[in-house]
Amino acid sequence: MAELQTKDVETTPKVAHDQQTLEKYWHENRNLVFTMLGIWFAVTYLTQLFANALNGVVIAGFPLGYYMGGQGSLIAFVVMIFYYAKKMNEIDKKYNLEEEEEN
Amino acid sequence: MKLRQIFTYYTVGFVAFTVILGILEALKLIDLKGIGYVFMAFSVLVYAFIGFVTRTSDPSEYYVAGRGINSIYNGMATGSDWMSAASFISMAGLLFALGHMGLAYIMGWTGGYVLLALLLAPYLRKFGQYTVPDFLGTRYGGSGARVIGIICAILVSLTYLTAQLTGVGTIVSRFIGLPYEPGVFIGLAGVLVCSFLGGMRAVTWTQVAQYIILITAYLIPVVVLSAKLFFIPIPELTYGQILQRVSVMEKQIAGKDNPNPNNIPADVLNSKIDPAKEKESRDLWLKDLAMYKAKLSNVDSALAADKTSLEAKLASLADDKVAERRAALEKQKADAQAMINAPQPIDPKTKKPVMMDAEKLKELEGKIADADKQLATLAPERVKAEKEKTQKASAALPKNAEEAKIKWNAALATATAQSKPPSDYLTIPPFVSADGKSYPMLQFLGLIFCLMVGTAGLPHILTRYYTTPSVKQARSSVGWSLFFIFLLYFTAPAYAAFARYEVFVNLVGVEIANLPSWIASWKLVGLLDIVDKNGDGIVQFADFIIKSTDFVVLATPEIAGLPATITGLVMAGGLAAALSTADGLLLTIANAFSHDLYYKIINPSASVQTRVLISKVLLVVVAIIGASIAAFVKLPVIAATVAWAFSFAASSLFPALVLGIWWRRTTGIAAILGMVSGLVVSISYSILNFFSTSPNNALGFAQPFSILSLRHTESGMLGLPVAFIVIIVVSLLTPAPDKSLQDFVYSVRFPKGAEKGKEVESIGGAA
Repeated sequence: MAELQTKDVETTPKVAHDQQTLEKYWHENRNLVFTMLGIWFAVTYLTQLFANALNGVVIAGFPLGYYMGGQGSLIAFVVMIFYYAKKMNEIDKKYNLEEEEEN
Repeated sequence: MKLRQIFTYYTVGFVAFTVILGILEALKLIDLKGIGYVFMAFSVLVYAFIGFVTRTSDPSEYYVAGRGINSIYNGMATGSDWMSAASFISMAGLLFALGHMGLAYIMGWTGGYVLLALLLAPYLRKFGQYTVPDFLGTRYGGSGARVIGIICAILVSLTYLTAQLTGVGTIVSRFIGLPYEPGVFIGLAGVLVCSFLGGMRAVTWTQVAQYIILITAYLIPVVVLSAKLFFIPIPELTYGQILQRVSVMEKQIAGKDNPNPNNIPADVLNSKIDPAKEKESRDLWLKDLAMYKAKLSNVDSALAADKTSLEAKLASLADDKVAERRAALEKQKADAQAMINAPQPIDPKTKKPVMMDAEKLKELEGKIADADKQLATLAPERVKAEKEKTQKASAALPKNAEEAKIKWNAALATATAQSKPPSDYLTIPPFVSADGKSYPMLQFLGLIFCLMVGTAGLPHILTRYYTTPSVKQARSSVGWSLFFIFLLYFTAPAYAAFARYEVFVNLVGVEIANLPSWIASWKLVGLLDIVDKNGDGIVQFADFIIKSTDFVVLATPEIAGLPATITGLVMAGGLAAALSTADGLLLTIANAFSHDLYYKIINPSASVQTRVLISKVLLVVVAIIGASIAAFVKLPVIAATVAWAFSFAASSLFPALVLGIWWRRTTGIAAILGMVSGLVVSISYSILNFFSTSPNNALGFAQPFSILSLRHTESGMLGLPVAFIVIIVVSLLTPAPDKSLQDFVYSVRFPKGAEKGKEVESIGGAA
């Protein structure tokens, strides 16, 4: 396992990609991340800030504001992470940046 | 054997084991304590066995499990790494007590994974290497950042570890009735076998095994309860109905007008709720509250007054004094009788005896009755009882002002809590509190924010994403982690609602003599108490004293009518939760010392064997230090420190990591200054606020120290912005990092070229 010990500074991807492709890839990733962060913020902070108004809506006994805090936001978190993982795999492929010899 | 097969056999074996215990219990061959011993011995043995089978001294295996953990298993391991004793046993109770406010923990302890997935995990995996300080050291070039990283990692993990070990001690002592201190060390032994023998590899597989136990244990009781009440075994769907009923009964107890606007049928509510009696009990608590407040305003004189009045009472109960009073009363009685019996004077005019006027007669008869009453209290056995009671009271009298203060403050806290009508479960924290001095909404959102960001900065969670075979798997592994955590977290609000419903429906209004059995059993353990304040022999909500909200999870099996075996299972689940978290933390601390400090800074030429050996030795040392703090120091701050760990991580590691990955311009010196200033702000705010608001106010503050009414648990709200601002400003003022470093940061962004791990197929063989 000696080869795993020190590899302090990695170089840029071994297969040469032109700078433009890399920039585009990163740009797409960044936009996706910012969109997701926006959803994350809305799902938690906005729903809780306006929980009073949301509590006026009651579904199956659940006031919506309470539901979003106790369950709704959690469901959104799980879905968001899986969605991001899937989307990123697609983007990796699109720019030919996916990892080699996938297990 | 293939992994899937192993864990299938394991699960089946575990279920069979539980069923056998259940049968033994039904045959009355074993009681709860016996079940406790068997469960504990069995589970710790299983963990030790896994630790033994997966033992290793290979550094890649020891530090990052050979980067071979498939994303689903890594998710399970992260899940149990993450879910601590607090999540398992205490969280549902917090929701029970805090209502909507408590949801901060539910959201805060899950939402951080979104930040992990988006901002950190894939990039750390691409970077490779072993620990979080590794990343800081490489990214910010030099030992300075690494050392600060080490300090942050240790500080955060050690506070958290102490809380876990405290949890282990509490569970073991409740579980099998051992005293708390040995409990801590027994639990510790369980933790050590795994991490000592096999490092990350053993810890990972043990955590997977622990996850299976803890999630089964958590779900069974509340699923059964839901099926019983609604015929639908999905509590997460049915508890909405419960919420509605609970909020009606709360209003009834509080004596509000129009408690049932939606006309919920009375047969699912409690007809025995009596608002008048509830008010009566609450008013009695209010009197207590006023009394203790008065006493606390001048402790010395109140204590002296108590003492003199008890002494006076005792003196008045002395034999000769009692005899004297008896004689006086007898005389009073005889005199009155004599006056009644005395021949009436003859009216000289009518020559007839004058009738004593009715008023006078009544007065004399009253005097006799009064004397009789007082004489009855002076009967020898009554006097004896009274004397004993008084002696007991004076023995229980606080020895000094210090003790009196503590005792009366506790009594004051109880009286304050009991004198309030049940808080509205669904109420949203207002923007500004009634007295205009604090901002509950800001506290609520601030706590959510600190817990979320802190989650994404906890070293023992971050290192877990080094263990996946690829960047791709690191991304999906965060999803699996949260999925497995989610199963428990989105059930917790249901737990709380069902427990609250149970209290309102089956406890309020019953006779003290006929308490539900779960009350009796958890009263013994000291989690709750019933005090019949107005002495009517019936339980009012105000009579129900909650000493620890942990009863919510622990008592639910009994409430659902399940056998004691399931209660034992729940405790085994709690133990698994505490042990698994302690495992992960211990490993992180030991690695920070051995790998980051010793190997990377002190002795870079150390051989592979020396490094792993040192790590193992340090593991034991750190474990003993942690356990000693938990067992002997017992700081009152321990309960608070769990939440502190999140704020500390949010104010130091998180900003340095995020900016390090996302902004190439971030310089080393900026990161160091940022981490230090964030940490200093956060720690000092927590300490100042905690000690200036706690009832003891040990540091003698004139008034509570706070900014924007933030509490000590939300110090990250100040530390995080400070850290970010310092890092950004200093970075702009210092020369940009050199080209090779910028290239390195750039390379982390692209998955291609990541160091590969090979997925583990089976546990036993060397991978």
